[in-house]
Amino acid sequence: MLRVERLQVAGLPPLSFEVPTGECLAVEGASGTGKTLLLRAIADLDAAPGDVTLDGEERREMTPQEWRRRVRYCAAEPAWWCDTPRECLATGHPRIDRLMQSLDLDAVLLDQPVATLSTGERQRLALVRALLDEPKVLLLDEPTGALDPQATALTEELIRFQLLSGHSVLLVSHDEAQVERLSHARLLLSKANGGDDGERARRS
Amino acid sequence: MSYVSLTPLDIVLAAALLFANGLISWGFRLRLEKSIAIASVRMVLQLALIGVVLKFIFAQTSPAWTVVFALVMVSAAGVEVVARQHRGFATWRTLGLSTATLLFIGTFVTVLGVGAIISPDPWYSPRYILPILGMVLGNTMTAVALVLDVLNEAARRERGAIEARLAHGAPRFEALGGPLRTALRTGMMPMLNSMATTGLVALPGMMTGQIIAGADPVGAAKYQMLIMFLIAGATALGSFLAAVGGVLLLTDERHRLRLDVDAGAKRNARS
Repeated sequence: MLRVERLQVAGLPPLSFEVPTGECLAVEGASGTGKTLLLRAIADLDAAPGDVTLDGEERREMTPQEWRRRVRYCAAEPAWWCDTPRECLATGHPRIDRLMQSLDLDAVLLDQPVATLSTGERQRLALVRALLDEPKVLLLDEPTGALDPQATALTEELIRFQLLSGHSVLLVSHDEAQVERLSHARLLLSKANGGDDGERARRS
Repeated sequence: MSYVSLTPLDIVLAAALLFANGLISWGFRLRLEKSIAIASVRMVLQLALIGVVLKFIFAQTSPAWTVVFALVMVSAAGVEVVARQHRGFATWRTLGLSTATLLFIGTFVTVLGVGAIISPDPWYSPRYILPILGMVLGNTMTAVALVLDVLNEAARRERGAIEARLAHGAPRFEALGGPLRTALRTGMMPMLNSMATTGLVALPGMMTGQIIAGADPVGAAKYQMLIMFLIAGATALGSFLAAVGGVLLLTDERHRLRLDVDAGAKRNARS
């Protein structure tokens, strides 16, 4: 269970919510509200005052490395720090083949220069990269933004499998049908001004 | 003294060559006339002043005056490092980092070179200390300025990749490994290049000076070797300290990339 208490993200009112183990929380709000900033703040990539705990363990008690190994932020446009995907992945990892197959990715892609891969291939490979060391919580920012319907279906299948095997997911998606299919609850973000408390979570 | 003294007229004759700069600037409308005038007047005033000041300090042979002058040199070099940053890094923290680096390297390498190797009598003789400190500082300053500038540029260019590594649990020095190595290489290359060609293409300034002053060319060459090694060590150590300090300036204690702090630019909220 991921618990967020009075987390202060730039431009948003303090946020408190929980994501139970095995559930998906959809983060919604107009463009520019701060959905990405919220995911980054939870991953501790941006400084944000407030308490975040995972299964009772406080974030501030962990090194940032330990925290980000458990709580993994996946950017909408994943960046690569090596020439080929394989160099960026823990090589020889037993899960690589299975994850690649589940997303319909050919193993030869692992050794092709990242620059020559399509946007959709890069996005799916980034998901493989993020799932390899089995983080407890996935912060997915538009995970299917660059994918065709077939690849989107496979990605959703993989996310659902992750949920079933005890991971938690925060999902930012512009695809309303996808949110409907995947999420157990929703968090609506709105700007800090206007007297609105800015958070309304409801079970769907 | 066995060298030909220069008269003010000699200097004026040499300065006449500046007309070439002026003509080229005027002919091609480069608008450099003002810069040429300011730079040349500054050069004449600074060198005339330094000549008088050094004459005074050499006459004292007092450690206190030597230290005061050395500190002025270090401070000026620290300010120059900040002035050479293209964007970001133009802050008090950068000034602190560069000045501390230059002070440490300058002291360490100069004391090693003059105190332990050349060993003049007395060992703190400003005649040896100050010129060698100046050469060490000048080269280290260039290296530190390059390292910080390249590190900063690379961190901005590769921001996505750096943050992806951080998000996958890498500590800051690993996440910034690429920019760190690029910056270190850039800081150390100029000195390696100049070691490889020195004496073949150009005679270094110090050696030229010694030869004109009547020194034995073989003796002058030995001095030049010593100084080149001192500078090579100083630029390597300076690059290392600047790169490590630069990574710390670009990140915070929770291993976040903080380009906002030094750029003064607010990160735009994105959805």
